[in-house]
Amino acid sequence: MTDVTVMPDRPAGTPAAPAGNERRGPRRPRKPFQTQFRTAVSPHQLNTARGRTVYWIVLAIVVVSFTAAFVFPLYWMVTGAMKSTEELNSIPPSFLPLHFSLDGYLEAWDLLGLGTLLGNTALYAGGAWLLTLAVDVSAAYALSKLRPVLGKVVLALMLSTLMIPPMVIMLPAYLTAKELPIFGWNLLNTPWAIWLPAAANGFNVFLLKRFFDSIPRELLEAAEIDGASPGRILWSVVIPISRPILGVVSILTVVNVWRDFVWPLLVLPDSDKMSVSIGIASLSSQMPQNVLVASLVIASIPTIVVFFLFQRHIMAGLTGGGLKG
Amino acid sequence: MTTAGIPVASGRGRQPTSRGRQPTRLRRAVRRNVTAYGFLCGALICFAFFSWYPMVREVILSFQKTNFVDPPQWVGLDNFRTVVNDPAFWPAWVNTAVFTLLALVCGYGIPFVTAIVLNELRHARAYLRFVVYLPVMLPPAVSVLLFQWFYNPDYGLFNQALGLVHLPGLQWLNSTSTALISLVIVSTWMNMGSGTLIYLAALQTIPSELYEAAELDGAGLFRRIWHVTIPQTRLILLVMLLLQIVATMQVFIEPYLLTGGGPENATISVVYLMYQYAFNFGNLNAGNALGLMLMIVLMVFSAIYLRVSRDNTV
Repeated sequence: MTDVTVMPDRPAGTPAAPAGNERRGPRRPRKPFQTQFRTAVSPHQLNTARGRTVYWIVLAIVVVSFTAAFVFPLYWMVTGAMKSTEELNSIPPSFLPLHFSLDGYLEAWDLLGLGTLLGNTALYAGGAWLLTLAVDVSAAYALSKLRPVLGKVVLALMLSTLMIPPMVIMLPAYLTAKELPIFGWNLLNTPWAIWLPAAANGFNVFLLKRFFDSIPRELLEAAEIDGASPGRILWSVVIPISRPILGVVSILTVVNVWRDFVWPLLVLPDSDKMSVSIGIASLSSQMPQNVLVASLVIASIPTIVVFFLFQRHIMAGLTGGGLKG
Repeated sequence: MTTAGIPVASGRGRQPTSRGRQPTRLRRAVRRNVTAYGFLCGALICFAFFSWYPMVREVILSFQKTNFVDPPQWVGLDNFRTVVNDPAFWPAWVNTAVFTLLALVCGYGIPFVTAIVLNELRHARAYLRFVVYLPVMLPPAVSVLLFQWFYNPDYGLFNQALGLVHLPGLQWLNSTSTALISLVIVSTWMNMGSGTLIYLAALQTIPSELYEAAELDGAGLFRRIWHVTIPQTRLILLVMLLLQIVATMQVFIEPYLLTGGGPENATISVVYLMYQYAFNFGNLNAGNALGLMLMIVLMVFSAIYLRVSRDNTV
């Protein structure tokens, strides 16, 4: 189920009304509310005069309170970065900054070295994305289509990691990164310390395997008869038809690495290797408030942009993948 | 699943085998397995190093004394004794439990009620869904540091807003009585979007007929919610409850960035104490012992979750 929530603009049965034109100024002889998609509130009650009044009041309250709760803090953040320290401290706070200037942002960029931090984070997220796709897709393909001996056990072991809360194994995992068993390499302060654990993601394997399971076997057999090797089948048949799930897994991976805090805090202690969250947090106490706030704005821009672009994928991943554990 | 398709394919292959074409079949099976494990090896390495081995090592290290120079010594329950005798031990557990409870009241109840209301609205739906999910997309460190500024008793947004309506400001993070609830507020703000959208998706799968039937039987709005909406979303509610308990019991970033566990241990959490043992007190084994205790507690919830979701999704 991807996006079941989209309301049809024009209900099939109701007399055709110009959809959505009269959103705000409700002219009294009005079109009836949607009744095709029925919810707890009775459509008959909703279309009475009293029902409509209550509806508009509730709608107004919800819109105003949502804006106040979720948009206003962000507005305060963006404008706070433009205010001077004195202005930030003034007691009736200024709703609009007195002077429009981007100096706070420029200062934050230089003082915190945000260029380096963002570059690091992009490197971590990009590498984790490539490695996760390579590793998890081939693993899910092997488990779903090649079905080796002990494949079920391997799958069960991978899924069992979903039951282990990540925080409780963070200390031994940190030791692994500090000295990789067998090889003895120290991965601290290297991108591998982010990339390898990111690929060990049971949820991705689960999502991908479930999708691959739904690919009809005949399709792969046809390719096999044509003489395609398993690798070739994966590359030319499976991956092209798996675009939707690959999109979901990609976004989940990139966003998770970008947002992660605890793990990079442990494995990237060097200040010039830090991810952007860690860098800002480690310098937060030494910065003037407006510079700190400006850096918060800059750090959140990438994830917000990703959200704008891939909103549907993200919400699909949330509701489609999140529950069938 | 594809199990329905397999018998056709492999059934055809099995017949000739019994008549003695074993070598090719065996060779083919071997080759298939080698290929499969070739595809699997990357994942096996990643999981082995960063999931499976740490899981085992978590247990081992809890019963050892290691300094990474000398060979480790088995010390029985010494690490557990160290941790339990720490004056911060019980506050950490109590805070974690209280935080989880409060976060459930806010972070579990509010999204569900919000979802029910959103489901009734016919306008501005895309906007509201977008907006409620916006904080979820911010890096948690950003949200937490943003609220640190809002909580500032002198020039923070919250006290300024209280001042506007002539109410006295609060100390927020600096007072033992409000510190923990302040953390709950941040946590709810930045996490409630996902819960809301998941409930909303669940609400939309409820068949209209149920509401119509309930209405014909004379059930009012609240009885319809009580007797139709909640039973129909029962499974998701239960799953989300368990997931949220497991997630919030691992609270770390809020106390780490906002309060450092203070004032007077009022906000110290189990994971934060574990972090302190490993990185501030230099006693990694005690940190592991604490982690193992938390793991056992959380595994109970995880096991229930597994049972619930397995019994119901097939």
